[in-house]
Amino acid sequence: MRALVWHGANDIRCDTVADPEIEHPRDAIVKVTTCAICGSDLHLHDHFMPGMEKGDIVGHEFMGEVVDVGTEAKGALKVGERVVIPFTIICGECDQCKRGNFSVCERSNRNKAMADKIFGHTTAGLFGYTHLTGGYAGGQAEYVRVPFADRTHVKIPDGLTDEQVLFLGDIFPTGWQAAAQCDIQPTDTVAIWGCGPVGQMTIRSAVLLGAKQVIAIDRVPERLAMAQAGGATTINFDEESVVERLNELTGGKGPEKCIDAVGMEAHATATLDSMMDRAKQALMLESDRAHVLREMMYVCRPAGTLSIPGVYGGLIDKIPFGMAMNKGLTFRMGQTHVNRWTDDLLRRIQEGQIDPSFVITHTVPLDQGPEMYKTFRDKRDGCIKVVLKP
Amino acid sequence: MAYYDRSSTGDTLARGLGWFSIGLGVAELMAGRSIARWMGMEDKTNLIRAYGVREITAGVGLLALGDPKPWIWGRIAGDAVDMATLAAGMEDNPRAGNARIAFGAVVAATALDIVCAQKLHQEEAAYRRQPLPDYSGRSGFPRPAEAMRGAASDAPIAEDMRTPKILQFQPSGPA
Repeated sequence: MRALVWHGANDIRCDTVADPEIEHPRDAIVKVTTCAICGSDLHLHDHFMPGMEKGDIVGHEFMGEVVDVGTEAKGALKVGERVVIPFTIICGECDQCKRGNFSVCERSNRNKAMADKIFGHTTAGLFGYTHLTGGYAGGQAEYVRVPFADRTHVKIPDGLTDEQVLFLGDIFPTGWQAAAQCDIQPTDTVAIWGCGPVGQMTIRSAVLLGAKQVIAIDRVPERLAMAQAGGATTINFDEESVVERLNELTGGKGPEKCIDAVGMEAHATATLDSMMDRAKQALMLESDRAHVLREMMYVCRPAGTLSIPGVYGGLIDKIPFGMAMNKGLTFRMGQTHVNRWTDDLLRRIQEGQIDPSFVITHTVPLDQGPEMYKTFRDKRDGCIKVVLKP
Repeated sequence: MAYYDRSSTGDTLARGLGWFSIGLGVAELMAGRSIARWMGMEDKTNLIRAYGVREITAGVGLLALGDPKPWIWGRIAGDAVDMATLAAGMEDNPRAGNARIAFGAVVAATALDIVCAQKLHQEEAAYRRQPLPDYSGRSGFPRPAEAMRGAASDAPIAEDMRTPKILQFQPSGPA
């Protein structure tokens, strides 16, 4: 089959690789009909995440048709069914899964020992996202083996297009959880850093969950335009001071809820801290650039909440924790507990409350994936979300 | 928004110059005395080391700090300073021949820097000539965003995602 394969920094290729096979009775094989490049895939492409190996198949946003089912998954899945596969692999049986904390499933990471050593305790296995999270083959491919398939799936009813439901596997529930864990009240101002695909979903989620005011921060004009279309007031940080503008928009009090939809590759602004981050990251003195976190801690209203769906991979430097402590800020973060949200979100899509396909700007065949990684990374050609067709 | 394309010819050249800057900077910093002696300018040893720091800074800037254009222009300014220093050091210098070789090398590097800067600016100009895509109609909602505010306030959100009552913003006024 054809698949997008990681060969090193800035080197993802469309290769011919062996077809996946059932390896465990709970497995299924899915023929991928549609997949996408996620912003967090760029961290792999740019090689900021440790734990990748040459030959790894990437991609964790995908959906398709079940073509083979292991004996123990037959009760839950049938050949021919249409499914979205959540990026977090879940056993559905461990203590964390039972609590709905699916992204920290205790059993799905087959490299648990490595993760225990690095993170203290393992998190869930993920598709196509380093050997620290299991080294599972990803979904930017013609076929994928889905481990724990009897639980790791969302069945899709007829009548919905791939584009409408694909993002149930990651960015829609990720944006939703980012907003949900802020516990948005009707009096809240929610500020969202980053108007990439997750940021766009977060804006819509915050609006739907009833925020009084949603403010979106970015520098790319077309992304800001899409944010505005979703109901956000926008701040272009190339043109105005984020701190001053947020204070203006909140009567000097600061937003009650702040969401980091940027993560470890925050753009180098003209500020000293972000330039230092870039330099330190280049010299391997820190792994992640934390400008957004610092800015959120500074501007957030005391007793407010910071929600962090943006992916961080390792070590950050110069975090003003004294400021956060004295302001009594609450931090909520983590990978998304995808299956916790999908029933509700699927219903909302079916009812027409939202159509997540609004975010798709580019649809290309799988073999154009490597080039589209670069287009997406460099934000060329108005690129916000790339969908691939194997 | 400053534009740069990390896959472009201009950016590739800028990265090459970034690595060159770091290599030259390290050499100037570590072997400043030897370089100064070779050019017959022993009294400029500390100055050459300072130039080494400048080169390393420019190199890190080009490789890691986003838009390479300001750093390339920084390099061009640095080249001018280098040429001025070398020109001044050639008078009454028994090793003026070596200083001339160094001067020639700086001229060549400056030419490359200028080509790179021009390329980067041309690429930005080409990008800016393209029309911006219009995403102003992409709300994802069936009705205007304002009408959708709070449409999902009934969403099933478990208690562990909620802010504990005691930590929530309380209504204004006496408790």
